[in-house]
Amino acid sequence: METTVNNPGATRRDKLRVTSSLQTPDKVNVRRLRRSYRQIRTENAFRKTLIIMALAIFVLVVGIMITLIVQSIPSMKLLGVKYLWGKVWDPVQDIYGAYPFLLGTLLTSFLALIISVPFSFAVAIVLGEYYPRGWFSNLLKNVVELIAAIPSVIYGFWGLFVLVPIVRNFELKIGVQPMGVGIFTSSVILSIMVIPYAASMGREMIRMVPSPLKEGAYSLGATRWEVIRSIIMPYTKSGLFAGVLLSLGRALGETMAVTMVIGNTSLIPKNIFSPGNTMASVIANEFTEAASPVYLSALIELGLVLFLVTVVINMIGKRIIKRFTNE
Amino acid sequence: MGPRIKLRIGKSTVFKTLVILFASACVIPLLAILGYIIKEGITKINWSFFVNVPKPVGEAGGGIANALVGSFIIVGVAAIMAIPVGILSGIYLSENKTSKLAYWSRLSVDILQGVPSIVIGIVVYFWIVKPIGSFSAISGSVALAIMMLPIIVRSTEETLKLLPDTLKEAALALGMPYHRMILKVILPCGIGGILSGVMLSVARIAGETAPLLFTAFGNPYLSTNITKPMHSLPLLIFNYATSPYDDWHNLAWGASLILLLWVLLLNIITKLTTRKWNIQL
Amino acid sequence: MEHTIVRTEKFNAYFGANHVVKDVNISIPKNNVVAVMGPSGCGKTTFLRCINRMHELIAGATCEGEMLLNNEDVYDMHPIFVRLKIGMVFQRPNPFPNLSIYDNVIAGYKLNGIKMAKAEKDKIVENSLSRAALWNEVKDSLHKKGTFLSGGQQQRLCIARAIAMEPEVLLLDEPTSALDPISTASVEELLFELKKNYTLIIVTHNMQQAARVSDRTAFFYLGELVEYDDTKQMFTNPKDTRTQNYITGRFS
Repeated sequence: METTVNNPGATRRDKLRVTSSLQTPDKVNVRRLRRSYRQIRTENAFRKTLIIMALAIFVLVVGIMITLIVQSIPSMKLLGVKYLWGKVWDPVQDIYGAYPFLLGTLLTSFLALIISVPFSFAVAIVLGEYYPRGWFSNLLKNVVELIAAIPSVIYGFWGLFVLVPIVRNFELKIGVQPMGVGIFTSSVILSIMVIPYAASMGREMIRMVPSPLKEGAYSLGATRWEVIRSIIMPYTKSGLFAGVLLSLGRALGETMAVTMVIGNTSLIPKNIFSPGNTMASVIANEFTEAASPVYLSALIELGLVLFLVTVVINMIGKRIIKRFTNE
Repeated sequence: MGPRIKLRIGKSTVFKTLVILFASACVIPLLAILGYIIKEGITKINWSFFVNVPKPVGEAGGGIANALVGSFIIVGVAAIMAIPVGILSGIYLSENKTSKLAYWSRLSVDILQGVPSIVIGIVVYFWIVKPIGSFSAISGSVALAIMMLPIIVRSTEETLKLLPDTLKEAALALGMPYHRMILKVILPCGIGGILSGVMLSVARIAGETAPLLFTAFGNPYLSTNITKPMHSLPLLIFNYATSPYDDWHNLAWGASLILLLWVLLLNIITKLTTRKWNIQL
Repeated sequence: MEHTIVRTEKFNAYFGANHVVKDVNISIPKNNVVAVMGPSGCGKTTFLRCINRMHELIAGATCEGEMLLNNEDVYDMHPIFVRLKIGMVFQRPNPFPNLSIYDNVIAGYKLNGIKMAKAEKDKIVENSLSRAALWNEVKDSLHKKGTFLSGGQQQRLCIARAIAMEPEVLLLDEPTSALDPISTASVEELLFELKKNYTLIIVTHNMQQAARVSDRTAFFYLGELVEYDDTKQMFTNPKDTRTQNYITGRFS
């Protein structure tokens, strides 16, 4: 029986030669050894299973990429690169241009970030610096966790019935077309949903500021605000940025809440109150209706773009965090 | 105290007040959402809500039994698929920190964690729905399982990494084979962290809608056949919320409350397991 | 001539390119206590871990030469069998935190999936704990977790766990380095008792301990076995100047 066990390749000889070991008189000992033979075989099978499982994850991701690419090929061939800049999306006329959705996605995501960052950073500073523990910190931590836990379809439902009327009134007052649904409403919903990402990441980062640094500044007579501004912020800025990137990744890919309140029109949004569509929402709305192969493939190409963009953003964020925590 | 110092202290106080105000403001949307869902939902829930299937448009009453059963089946099957793969991969990663496969596998987990759920829906559509030729609950489960994987793998890896090597040495020095060392010593010692990872992953996907749109699809009737379309709570909420009928909106409000409670319950259980199993070494 | 149980011939061990044990030839007689001492980094722990093949668990660790247990090369046997025959006690007590004291003692059987009658188990537990001089202290709390014991008790529990498997050789890697003086004394006392049934190889950087507990002492320096002799002989009349320097504290 040839076998490599307990760290293959580490020893010079791993052959199994156990004849003499069996001649132990003790009853328990014999039982013990006989049992062990069987286990050696299981051991190898177990190691292989672990490897297969780790491999499976890798294959899964490669499979996802290949599927997206292969299914996008018809659209890439027929529509070319200019598909991404095409301003008109009209499946009835077989005209496909992704620009309205790219613009819609960027507008909603960045608007959401602008709205949410002051809040998420405030939460991060409170939890990381002002009140690391105590009732207020516990309350806030639970609030952030709950915000993260609520399913996106519920955000969308609430947005549709509560936020949309509010925005509509607001739009009446400022004199734009009172649709209620649109880019702005989606951004507000998104901004609530992404608070937890930047907040909890920022909290971790602020906690990691070495206290001697802060104490050094305090001992020179710096105020709390001065310490935060000139010690904590510079020290954590890359980490805070990474938290914002993670929020952005989430906002770009969010589907349900946005689909329910964005208004679902494939026209280029005129202003931030216009209805529109994001890459994710147009896929959600039209995927099961896409009759022609090019139509379907064009939607999948949007999915591929979405996939690549979110993966790159998440990877950059994670790299920054990793570098930060290793330092 | 000179006026300069007063000014600086004043600035500091203003900043602190602002920060606390902004942070506290996060409570408002949360309370608004929770309050509204509870207010709208609680009046729609009664016994028939749980045991009946939705009535056609125009008829009052009806329930969400089909979505409850469907959610349970779809999430359960997803967990059955994701838990073993996730835990075993996590073990591999914690045991082989530097191997090439570990590097690629870890990278894959990172990527998987950031993939938008709708994209996973598309991919599973081509993997399962199209070859079979019909939407099915099982394809929904596969999509959800893919979303659970990274959370389970990560929590398993991180938990096991924290266990001291001496524990492994103690087991191996007793002549224990590798798989027994892992299954009987390492896993039991890290079970708390692993369990909370599993619970967290279930909580994460219980409310997922986007990957089910093109997979489980939804079904107005009670069905337990996992090769056929099936309804789930989030799908039902989406379909009925965006419909123009008040009866359906009412069902959706009730379903939202149930989904909310179910997700919050899972989150609370996760917290309790982490606390209870918090082993000391 | 006493019966030799462990013998090495031209034994070398490496961490990657790092040569940590160099050409060691040693024979260890049965039912003896052999102390292995030397300054830190001299390869003594590595050598010990080579005996029951724990060395190879570290990535990049390799070895060559012969390591014979009863004239059979342990590197021809399966590591599982080697470790069943050669028990080990580590620097820091490492009882299984998820198991009770009782289950810790029979961990080698229980976790290897060997089914035994309750009476048989009870006997092994009582026997091993008595021999590890722990029975009287824990007999009323056998089903408590092992991690509640004091450091010295935990270490004796680990010894009981190792001898429950009835090994022929027991390796001890600085078993008292993490313990307070009183616990150290109790573990040292135990070693005298254990010698009747087992062959003990103990790594220590504490010369007094080597002198107190061992019959024979091996002195390692920079990976080489410099001197190996009767303990009394070694401490009163070392042959090698390096040994002399070490004993008199001229390098450490």
